[in-house]
Formats: sequence, C-alpha cells, structure tokens
Amino acid sequence: MSQGVIDGGLKPPAFPALARALDNRLVLSAIFMFPALSILLVFLTYPLGLGVWMGFTDARVGRPGEFIGLENYVSLFQDSVFLLSVFNTLVYTAIATVLKFGLGLWLALLLNNALPFKAIIRAVVLLPYIVPTVLSAIAFWWIYDPQFSIVSWALKQFGLIDRYIDFLGEPWNARWSVIVANVWRGIPFVAICLLAGLQTISPSLYEAAALDGANAWQRFRHVTVPMLMPILSVVLTFSVLFTFTDFQLIYAITRGGPLNSTHLMATLAFQRAIPGGQMGEGAAIAVAMIPFLVAATLFSYYGLQRRKWQQGESND
Amino acid sequence: MATVEVKAARKSFGATEVLHGVDIDIADGAFCVLVGPSGCGKSTLLRMIAGLEHVTGGEIRIGGKVVNDVPPKERDIAMVFQNYALYPHMTVRENLAFSLKLRGADRATIAERVKTAADILGLSQLLERFPRQLSGGQRQRVAMGRAIVRNPQVFLFDEPLSNLDAKLRVQMRTEIKALHQRLKTTSIYVTHDQIEAMTMADMIVVMHDGRVEQIGAPLELYDRPANLFVAGFIGSPAMNFISGQQKNGAVIAADGTALPLPGAVARQDGRSVIYGVRPEHLVLAGPSEGVPATVDVVEPTGADTQVFTTMAGQAVAAVFTERHEFKPGDRIALRPRLEAVHVFDAASGQRI
Ligand SMILES: Nc1ncnc2c1ncn2[C@@H]1O[C@H](COP(=O)(O)OP(=O)(O)OP(=O)(O)O)[C@@H](O)[C@H]1O
Ligand SMILES: [Mg+2]
Repeated sequence: MSQGVIDGGLKPPAFPALARALDNRLVLSAIFMFPALSILLVFLTYPLGLGVWMGFTDARVGRPGEFIGLENYVSLFQDSVFLLSVFNTLVYTAIATVLKFGLGLWLALLLNNALPFKAIIRAVVLLPYIVPTVLSAIAFWWIYDPQFSIVSWALKQFGLIDRYIDFLGEPWNARWSVIVANVWRGIPFVAICLLAGLQTISPSLYEAAALDGANAWQRFRHVTVPMLMPILSVVLTFSVLFTFTDFQLIYAITRGGPLNSTHLMATLAFQRAIPGGQMGEGAAIAVAMIPFLVAATLFSYYGLQRRKWQQGESND
Repeated sequence: MATVEVKAARKSFGATEVLHGVDIDIADGAFCVLVGPSGCGKSTLLRMIAGLEHVTGGEIRIGGKVVNDVPPKERDIAMVFQNYALYPHMTVRENLAFSLKLRGADRATIAERVKTAADILGLSQLLERFPRQLSGGQRQRVAMGRAIVRNPQVFLFDEPLSNLDAKLRVQMRTEIKALHQRLKTTSIYVTHDQIEAMTMADMIVVMHDGRVEQIGAPLELYDRPANLFVAGFIGSPAMNFISGQQKNGAVIAADGTALPLPGAVARQDGRSVIYGVRPEHLVLAGPSEGVPATVDVVEPTGADTQVFTTMAGQAVAAVFTERHEFKPGDRIALRPRLEAVHVFDAASGQRI
C-alpha cells in the first residue's frame, strides 16, 4: 500500500476506501446528521405533512378520505364555534402571557435579592412546574367546584360574597378560571428563566448606574430591562407557543365548556377529529394555528431578540 | 473639587472586620494612590468612599461634609471600575451621556460635554460604536470619559489598568496622570502595582491587612520607609533584609559577618535588628572594604544587571547599571551605601 508508505510508516488502514470516505466532510456530516434528521422526519415532518394533507381531505376515523381542496377551511370560516375558539385562544394567550410575565418578572426580581430561606423559596416556586399537568388540573377543578370550592368558601367566610361563585358555569368566569390555572402553571418557567437572566447581569453595572445618578426605577428601566431583553424574548416566544397550543389543562378542567367558551383551537381540533370523527376538519383547525405561531415566532425573533449590541460585529 | 477625609473608618462583613480604623486626609486636587497587597481592603475603602459599601464605623467626609449616610448619586463622585462596567446596550455616546441625561441636562449641554470628553480622550471616531466593538484600551478610555463628562468633585479608580497589557498600561498611566494635571480633580486611585503608585501619586497610602502602614510622597516612602512592611513593599527589586544584632556601631549577622551602620543610628549593643539595603544601593568594592558575597544567579536586562548573591548567609540581590562579567560561584565584595541603609527593630518592625 503506497498510502501507508507516504504516511511515514504508519500502519495502513484496514479498509482504505472506508477510511478515505470517513475523511470526507460531506460523508461525515451526513453520518452525524442522520439520527437527528431521521427523528425529525419521522416524528415531526411526517405527522405535520400528514396533518396538512388531511386538512385538504374529508377523512374520517377509519376512512382515508378524498381530496376536497379548501372546502374544510371555507366551512370553518363560516363556523361560529371555530371563530369563537380563535377568539378564545387569542384572549387566553394574550392575558395569560401578560400575567405570567408580569408576575414572573416580579418573582424573579424578588428571588434575585437577598431573601431569608432563599433556597427553599426557589424550590417552592418550581413546584407548579413539576406537578403533572393533569394533577394540577384536577386540583383546580376542585378549587373551582360549584359546591366545594375553597375560594368561594373562604370569600364567604370573610363575608365578601353571599353566594358560591359558579366558576366554570359562566363563559367569562370559566375563561378567567382557566387563565388563572395556566398562569399558575406557567409562572415558574418564566420566573426561573428570568432569574437566570438577572443573575448574569454584572452588579458593577448597577453600581455604575447608581453613581451615574440613577434611582431604583431608572436602574431597572435602563439596566435590568435592556440586559434582560435577549432572554426575555426567548422565554416570551416559548411561553406564547406553549400557551397558544395548550390542551391538557383546558381538556381536564372544562373540556371546552360551557357553551364552547373555553374551547381553544387545540381542544376544538381534537374534539372534532377524535370524538367527533371528522379527521379532515380537525386537521384543518390544527393547521390554522400554524400562521399564528409562525407570526409570533418571527415577531419575537426579529423584533426583540436580535439586538445590534449583542452581535459584536464591527461597524466599519 | 473637594477634600476627602477618612476618619477612623472601620468596615466589617458580618463578624470579620476587614478595615480596622483607617485615617487618611486627602488635599483638594491631590492624586492619592492606595496601594497594598491583594485583600488588604483597598477596594473596600474606595467603595466606602463611593457609597457602595456601608461604613461600619468612623466617618467619611467629602468637601468637609460627612457623607456616611449620603447615597452614591448625591456624593458627586465618579468611579472607574476595574471591569469598566460600560453599559453594553448603549453606544459610546450614550454611555457618556447617560449620567447627564439622568440629571436632566439639556441636549446642547450634553452634546457639548460629550464632545469635549471625547476630544480629550480621543474617542471622537468611536462614538457610535457599542462597547463590544472596542479594544480594551478604548473601553478603558470610555470608562474614563464617563467619569469626566460629569465634572465630579472626586474621581475614584479601582485598578483601572489591570486588564490591559503591559505596554498599554504604561501609556494609559501617563494619560491618566496628564488628565489629572489638566482637570486637577481630587483623585483616589487603587492599585497593587507599586510602580504605578510611585509614578502617578502625589501621595501614597500603603495599606496592609486593613490598616494604613504609612502615608507620604512617593520618594518619602522610598527614602524613609516607616517599617519593614513599607520597606519591602515599595521599591523594585525589593529591599534586602538581613537580620542580626547591633554591636559596636555595626550589625553582626548570624554567621558573624559585620555590616556597617550609619552614624545616625542610635547605638544600643545587643539589640536585635533587621538591616535593610536596597539592591541599587550596593556597590562593588575591593575585598578589604566590602562585605563578602557569593554570586548565585546573574540576570542582565540590558539597562542594568541584577545579581543574586549569598551574603552573610542570606539571599541578597544587587543591581548594577554598569556591566560586569560575573559567573555563578564568583566571590565578590559589596559595600552598602551608608546614607541609604535602613535599620528596623526586629521585634516591632519599626524603623530605628
Ligand atoms: N462582600 C464581602 N463579604 C465578605 N468579605 C469581603 C467582601 N468584600 C471583601 N471582603 C473581604 O475584605 C477584604 C478586603 O477586600 P478588598 O476587595 O477590599 O481587597 P483589595 O485590597 O481590593 O484586594 P485586591 O487587590 O485583590 O483587589 C478581603 O479579605 C475580602 O475577603
Ligand atoms: Mg480590589
């Protein structure tokens, strides 16, 4: 083998063709990408493609269905329940996100300061996130029970109300109730992520700002907020995506009721497709979520995350 | 501009006291350097003057007014941090303008002050850049610019040059000194580099373990160190110390070698002392008039030659500006210049 001689007496490889192939960047990267790519294809691209395709068919459970073009979408846009679910989803996502971020940031700021029993408090904060969703949903279900609600009971004991609140029986009561449950579950994620962000801010920046004459609010406004923006935008994107596609909590607490007033697009899609058997229509509802999600992602990616000062490129 | 007075200042973190009563008077317009080994409390003292650390005991006065409980923003001081602490999300211009903006200065004033500061520091071309896009030296200048736009009463510097390479450090040292001569603002400068201290200071405060060891002009500390610590800390290469006992107007080392004493030192036979002489104050002498020494290592640097020897059984260094062809093992004789010999009491470490 001349190759071995040129290599300066190193032992010649057992399979020279294979060894050469492995030295090729293209071959090598293809091999390394194969596992990730196949997982993506099998578990993400294929179901997504199938869903998009089914949205154009009149498939039912147990029957493949035929291509019917945009018929599903046309009928959805005349379907008041679907339109209500879009409205619900937007309200749910917007209010829950604002609350989660407001409270999460506040909690993160608290935890970032010297607090007694800090470690324990931090662990407690994470609790809602650790408990399985369905379990917490059941807990909320009890909290919102028309007869056994602890909230109603407590308010009544304090003399603030004289009749038990029908949390899940009225449209807006039900909406607020599921929003509260979602916020309760979502705060730990936001708070812990923002706390991590806060801890990366150098204390000397605050000291410099204090010497520059900034009061506490100005330090928050001019140091904390801009420094937190990168992580804030990432967390915001994730939070919006998770909230927008929420399913478990709603399905366990209200199943979309009363009068479809808490149906989100995800729960409606499931309802129509599986119990209702209209696979094509359910798929179309799910596909209708995609534009909203893409818009939210693009907004946070371009609007918030990519700041010039982080890129470190030079101007000239 | 203002005077700064520190009166019996103490500082404890929890149960550990790190400053044990520090007294310093800094005149209006002076350039005062706090110097000392790592962990001696220089930064802590500076941060107390800035108002970033609570004063546990004693008093700090700026311009005659006690500021113990005055928040930092009302002390009218500016600080240059070791890591510069530039706001990464603001351009150089915004960094410089930030404090003025907070004070509600009008646009024209801000623009003018920023321009003046940028011109002084050579930052005019860099105003639209972000800190990330600057070199270490440029960032250092922005940090100084941020301090000078405000025209404060006092400048505080906490090791501002320690992140720069050796060459830039020397250059910035000169620039800071020139800036001070131009603005004449009272400045307090922390460093652990004694060369920086010697070259920049009007007055040096040598600190050690939370106490002030000596305060004085640079050459005063060099010529008349008050104790062993200052003697060993100021001057490079460091002073040689030989322990021995006073006898008949000389110091007798442990191995019996006699070291000549200047006449000014009070005679007190039998007293244990430390004999100190700087390497540059040892001159080569004939065998009859010098103290015998054996050459161990020779380090020529071009400008001078450092010779490490064993003298009186102890390691002693000498520096010669003229060139010598010594080899390890050579036996030579060194004569201390009597007017530059320091003698310290062995027990207390104080100068005799
Ligand atoms: N926040 C703190 N809590 C407890 N101890 C501290 C704190 N800050 C400083 N110390 C202690 O106080 C002493 C003085 O610290 P300081 O930072 O003032 O030293 P320094 O002279 O500036 O040293 P260096 O040259 O390394 O910067 C040190 O022993 C340090 O461990
Ligand atoms: Mg320090």
